[in-house]
Formats: sequence, structure tokens, C-alpha cells
Amino acid sequence: MQVYVCVKHVPDTAANIKIKGENDYDTTGLKFVVNPYDEYGLEEAVRLVEKAGKGEVVIVTVGPAQAATTMRSALAMGATRGILVKTDDKFLDSRTASKALKAAIENDGAPDMIFTGKTSVDTEGSQVPYRVAKAFDFPVANEISALEVKNETATAEREIGGGAREVLEMSTPCVIGATKGLNEPRYPKFPDIMKAKKKEIKEFEPGDLGVDIPASNKGPLKLEPVPERSGAKMMQGNVRESVEELVQTLKDNKIL
Amino acid sequence: MPKTGVLIETENGAVKNINYGLITAALGNRENEVVAFVTQDCAAKAAEELSAYGASRVVRLGVAGGDINSSPDLCAKALAAAIEEFDLKYMAGLATAPGRDVFGRLCAILDAPYVSDIQSIDYGAGTAVKSHFSGKTMATVKLEGSVVLFTLRPNAVDPVENRVDSETAEFTADISEGGKVTVKEIKASQQGRMELTEAPVIITGGRPIGAPENYKMLEECAEVIGAAVGASRASVDAGFAPHSMQVGQTGKTVSPNLYIACGVSGAVQHFAGMKTSKVIVAINNDKDAPIFEKCDYGIVGDMFEVVPVLTEVLREFKDK
Repeated sequence: MQVYVCVKHVPDTAANIKIKGENDYDTTGLKFVVNPYDEYGLEEAVRLVEKAGKGEVVIVTVGPAQAATTMRSALAMGATRGILVKTDDKFLDSRTASKALKAAIENDGAPDMIFTGKTSVDTEGSQVPYRVAKAFDFPVANEISALEVKNETATAEREIGGGAREVLEMSTPCVIGATKGLNEPRYPKFPDIMKAKKKEIKEFEPGDLGVDIPASNKGPLKLEPVPERSGAKMMQGNVRESVEELVQTLKDNKIL
Repeated sequence: MPKTGVLIETENGAVKNINYGLITAALGNRENEVVAFVTQDCAAKAAEELSAYGASRVVRLGVAGGDINSSPDLCAKALAAAIEEFDLKYMAGLATAPGRDVFGRLCAILDAPYVSDIQSIDYGAGTAVKSHFSGKTMATVKLEGSVVLFTLRPNAVDPVENRVDSETAEFTADISEGGKVTVKEIKASQQGRMELTEAPVIITGGRPIGAPENYKMLEECAEVIGAAVGASRASVDAGFAPHSMQVGQTGKTVSPNLYIACGVSGAVQHFAGMKTSKVIVAINNDKDAPIFEKCDYGIVGDMFEVVPVLTEVLREFKDK
């Protein structure tokens, strides 16, 4: 079984983002990780191949040279090898990224399944799984939190609001965008981390794969911090008094 | 006048409230004409409701080959056909689970740029504002393409009444093949809960809630003010609440009018999912909890003492 997992190199979710200039951010000292949603896709891919008893899980990343470090942690989670399409563009648009992912996968082999995360936690585009699927003419299901693959049919579940769930059926090969709930990604052990250091990461320039990164691709026009509140007005008195003051204040401000 | 197409979300033949803010956003500074699309047999009723906010045409969207609701692929294909048929400059939807799914498919079909989950749009400047880095920053992005696709975060734009005359129509896209993905089943929620991202008020319980059954206390309070109940990641990870209730990074991003956080310390990841709420109230027994530095109103106290009183006071105020 040949399974590909698209992995994005993103700033750690716990890190603060320091905005630089009008529309950039400072990566000095910023920790980068595997996009958290991609980890669920990776874990599912590794389990599928383990169950099949044969095949490989190939990580595909479009990102800077430093993304290789992030890819090592994905390899430590059980992937076989990696492919890195190099670009220094921090805000590569989803269309171009999807084209690069497609070209890299196609150049490597014939996928039985492709996994992605449901969205990336940096630019939050939420469209790469769909674009990659379209490029291959494969079915796609995104935001998947339960999956079963049997006899070339994939049955996938997604939450559609208020806890209700939609069950989708499609043939394989297909693209699955993963989210929390799909599985519990494994925590790599020391020997896995050591083994991952020796695993192969093939590097490509976009041009090697026939992918053109448009020069107009400059990311957002402006990046701003979300205004922080400057501290709460504390309600005074005993429980009853403070609650009454709160409700009255909310009423006065037409919040209730 | 440029035309904005809008995919309306209906539930059992009724227009959901979150659509009205979307119509307001679609209309811009009344610089666009709004064509609304529904995929259920409720165009006449929808037209009555949507015309109050500015939708001048409501179209029942279908496909020639079968049921448009049998696959999100069919809905996306039909919208792609509608863009051409109605000569739309913009196509908008809600950034809900179904909306995100259809628009993801649509942008892939058209190979067109798409901006998901925006907070606001400026048609004159040709820009939209959306979250980057999971709610930590806001990015102003350029709208590109011959047709501009976007989804709007529910509750991000307040609905403004703007009554217009409206007409209804039908458009059956010439699509005969089925979708690549088929909806096999919809499993209803056992509790029939309100969807967090659509709720005007949210009351969230953190890890100190201690047990799944203790969320009942929050549900009682929520019922009085039509709120949805959320949970922090720590509470979900401890097994006290399902992931569908999680607010924050790796959970849901919400923008309600009022967000009441009970026993939530205020981790960066939690704030990432709720900081665009209009008003944030925190109830926490630790007066030094970081959440008090970043919210609007605070009560220092044990949520197990405060919340029942809050429920009672809200009920009294409501009855007045």
C-alpha cells in the first residue's frame, strides 16, 4: 500500500507570533512543528500500512530547507521516507502549494491513499485537500474524525454541527483531510527518533517538478495582532451581588 | 451592479439565523445585488425571510441527474454552473462544516482563489480580513480571480435589515453523473445540542468541571439565554466532554456576542479560539488566573457556586 501524507511545517501553536513590518513575522527563535491536524493523517496512514502488512508512508512537504527538521519528527512517527519541495515563500498560496504537492506525489509513485490535515494552523486556508484531490481526480472528504478503508471503499465520518455526524462513502484512492478524534497520534520513542535520522528525504526545487511559483505571490497585505483586552472589570460583593452586577452590566450594554 | 451569489444554509426547510449576517456581508455597502441559493424546497419561504436583509433573488438550486443533497460534489458543481448562469462576480457561503466542504470543492473545480473563514470584506478595496496563526493575528488579504470565492465566519458580521423586493426562481444545473463522494447517513446528535460556532452566546466549562455530568449545570444556564455549551481542551482531554464541544486551537473557533468562561485559566490556545467574541466574561476561583487580564468582566468565585446563581438571576431578569 502506497500512502502519501502532506505535512506542513508551521509555527508551534503555543508560540507567540511576532509581527515584522507590515505583513511578515519573525521566525528567529520560533519553534516549528508538524501541523497538528497533519499528525492525525500521518498516524492513520501509518496504521493503514501496518495493517496491510506492506507498503510505505511517504511524507510530502512544501516549505523551506529548515522544514527537513519538522519532517524528521514526522518520520519518527513511523513514516518511511520524505519528499521536500523547497520554497522560502512563507505565505505560499494554497493553489500553488497543491500543485507542488500533486507534482511531487505523481513524480514519486501511484498513491493508494493521500492524507492531509483539515487545515493548516498558520494560514488557515482549508482547501489543500480539495485541490490535491481535484488534481488527481480522486474523491475527497475533509475534517474526518473516523475512517474505515475496506475493499477499495473508504467510509469517513465528519462532524457537521452540534455533534451531528455525516457519513461519507467513496472509492479509493481518495484524499482524506484529518482532524482531531480520528486517532491518538503516537509519541515517538527514542529509538524511533534515532531511526528517523537515517531515513531518506529527497529534496526538489519547484522547477524540477515543473511547478512555477508566481512572483506575485506575496502573502497578506497586512498582518496585525488581534487586539488584546486590557484587563477585566471585576464584579464586586458576594456571589449574588457580583452576578447581579454582571447581568445588569450586560443588559445595559445590550449584550443580553 | 456586481452580483454576489450566496449559498444559504437551511435546516428542515427553514433558513438558519446565521445566514442574515452573510446576506449583509454579501450586499456590501449596497453595492452588490444578492442572489441567494437554497438546495431544499423552501425557496418561497426563504425569499420572504432573506428579502428582509437584501436578497433580491432566491433560487432553488438542483441538478438534472438526481438529488443535489446526495453529495457535496453535486452542490459544488451546481454552484460552479450557477456562477456562469447568473454572471456572478462573488460567491459566498458560511464557514460552517457544510459550507467549508462545498466551497473547498468549488474552488478546486474552478481552480480559482478562495478565502475561507473571513471576518469582513471590503469590496471597494478588494480585500478581506481573516485569521492567521489560529486566531493570534488578523491578515488582510487581496481578493483575486475573475470570480471571488469566500466563506464568512458565522456571527462575524451583524445582520442589518434592508428590505427589498424579491423574486424566486429555479436553476437546475445540467449535471447527470453522481458525485465522487456520497452521503450515506446523517447521524443525529444524541443531545440535540446547538452548534457552538453558530451560537450567539456560549458558556464554556474548563477542567475544574471534574465530570461529564457536571456540564448539566452549564446546560441549565445556557437554556435560559439560548446559549451553547463549550469545553476547554483540558476538559476534553480529561474525557469530560466530546471533541465537538472543544473551543480553541484544534477545536472550534467561535465569535459569539457573549462568551462566558467558567473555570478556564486562559491558555494562548484557548484564546485563539474565542478572542474575537464581542464580550468575554470569566468566572474563576483563582483571582490571579491569566484569563482575567484578557477578558471584559470577571467574577472571582467557584463556578459551582456562581453558575447556579447566574442561572437564577438570568431567569429573574428574563421574567421581568
